[in-house]
Amino acid sequence: MSTQAPSLTSASHPPHKVFSISRVFAIASNTLLELVRLKVFYFLLIFALVLIGSSVFMINFSFQEQFQMLKDISLGAMSIFTWLLSVLATAMLLPKDIEDRTLYTILAKPVPRFEYLVGKLLGVLTLLLISTLIMAGLFAAVLYGRQEFVISQATTQAGAGATADQIADIVRSVKASTFTWSLLPAIIAIYLKAALFAALTLLISTFASSWIFTIVTSVAVYFIGNIQSVARDYWLADNGGTPLTKVFLALVSLLFPDLQLFNLVDDIVAGNAIATLLFLKTAGLGVVYVLVYLFLAYFVFAKKEL
Amino acid sequence: MKRIAIVFVALLAFGAARLPFERSLNEEHRAAFFRGAKLDLGLREQIGQGGFIAALSGFRSVVADLLWIQANTAWQNTEWGRMVVLFDGVTTLQPRVTLFWEMASWHMAWNASNWARDNPKQPREALRIKAQREYFELGRLYLERGIRNNPDKYVLYDRMGLLLRDKLKDHLGASEAYAKAAEFPDAPAYEKRFAAYELSYVEGREKEAYEMLVKLYHLGEQERLPTLLSRIGDLQEKLNIPKEQRIYIPPENNQ
Repeated sequence: MSTQAPSLTSASHPPHKVFSISRVFAIASNTLLELVRLKVFYFLLIFALVLIGSSVFMINFSFQEQFQMLKDISLGAMSIFTWLLSVLATAMLLPKDIEDRTLYTILAKPVPRFEYLVGKLLGVLTLLLISTLIMAGLFAAVLYGRQEFVISQATTQAGAGATADQIADIVRSVKASTFTWSLLPAIIAIYLKAALFAALTLLISTFASSWIFTIVTSVAVYFIGNIQSVARDYWLADNGGTPLTKVFLALVSLLFPDLQLFNLVDDIVAGNAIATLLFLKTAGLGVVYVLVYLFLAYFVFAKKEL
Repeated sequence: MKRIAIVFVALLAFGAARLPFERSLNEEHRAAFFRGAKLDLGLREQIGQGGFIAALSGFRSVVADLLWIQANTAWQNTEWGRMVVLFDGVTTLQPRVTLFWEMASWHMAWNASNWARDNPKQPREALRIKAQREYFELGRLYLERGIRNNPDKYVLYDRMGLLLRDKLKDHLGASEAYAKAAEFPDAPAYEKRFAAYELSYVEGREKEAYEMLVKLYHLGEQERLPTLLSRIGDLQEKLNIPKEQRIYIPPENNQ
């Protein structure tokens, strides 16, 4: 009979890793599952209603107007829904885990707090990705349906006397008003802005006293972030003003993100094409925002008394 | 509390680090015709506080559409003054949508002007004609502003050509507008023809127009349309082109 104690690093007990992708993945998938169980996808029904309703409502307008408005309203609704979802879903994460006491169970495993935060954020980002893809799919389906309807109407009106070239012209003209490749960066920009807000809301929730505070602060940051560039331009233009005003403008410029940089949708639906490099720079900035906010969230959460 | 203070300082430092990048990115966006809308107090008065906040929050296009729908209702009620206010709001919010400029101009120069010309409440014809011309001018102004905001698109030059030709009878202006539209690589082939047709009606520019038309004629069968042949025939007579240099114009195309 052996008297030797079993080794802690035996094959059945692999050494504890400082950072484990599988643990992060497990937390992320659980977070996603929890959010799905909260029936968050029901908002997609409202989105579908907005799409179909606006599509039917605009039937009296010219086809160019119809497509313009359909794109504006659909992408605007996507922007609102993904932003709201990112704020509301993230604001509830930490308070809910504390209330259910699952946070203590997870962190006692031991799971490093950084992995926990990364897993939580990834769960929300996956939810946002799925939502964005479904909304984009619905939007594409409605736009395609309208496009085909308009083409069939226009070709019927052109009559049997129309030549193949004239029909091709009609089809080309209708299609030019619907799908363009530039819609893709617009949808990615919507997702990036929502991801930025998920990370920012996570940061706020690490020191917030309640989820209501987190949501209210996030919403306030959203509105301030959209006019941050105005404050920044005024601050840097050296237009005079009292020192107090300058300090205030500097704080707004430095503390808040410039959300106008991610509002590409309004101009893309107007027919602007965005250069690849310019889009990559904007997207890269969005990723940097997410990483910085995540790191700062960990910095607060690492020593937070639970 | 100490950690929150450190986060505050870190956010300031991050803000300072990204400042030059964001400023240059902002400039690049503007150079690519993004963020061209001017959201000022004038617009605030036009679209109300709610619309202004929505526009500031990244929903300019949706607010513009709502105003456009209101303008459509105003059109059905022939409230031309209200339409102008709404069109100004729409085009300020979405200056890069050529459709809005084009439609605003069309409503003014075609619909409102016709209404003004036949206005039963105005017995004096001189005043009706004056009102009609004012609406033509309003239509032209929309296109001018639209072109200033969209110098990279041919479509508003084309519409300007149409308005100058059909409403203001300014053949030289129309020819210049069509010629400008024709410079764009994606412009339809008829822009060049239209530029030449309009120039052919301008006193003193007939020779130049004739040369343009002949050049188009030699491009091939696809350019030899009835109007082109008719304009060539007309100018050959007017310019006394020697018989041996003339292009044969079938009798059905001779005016």
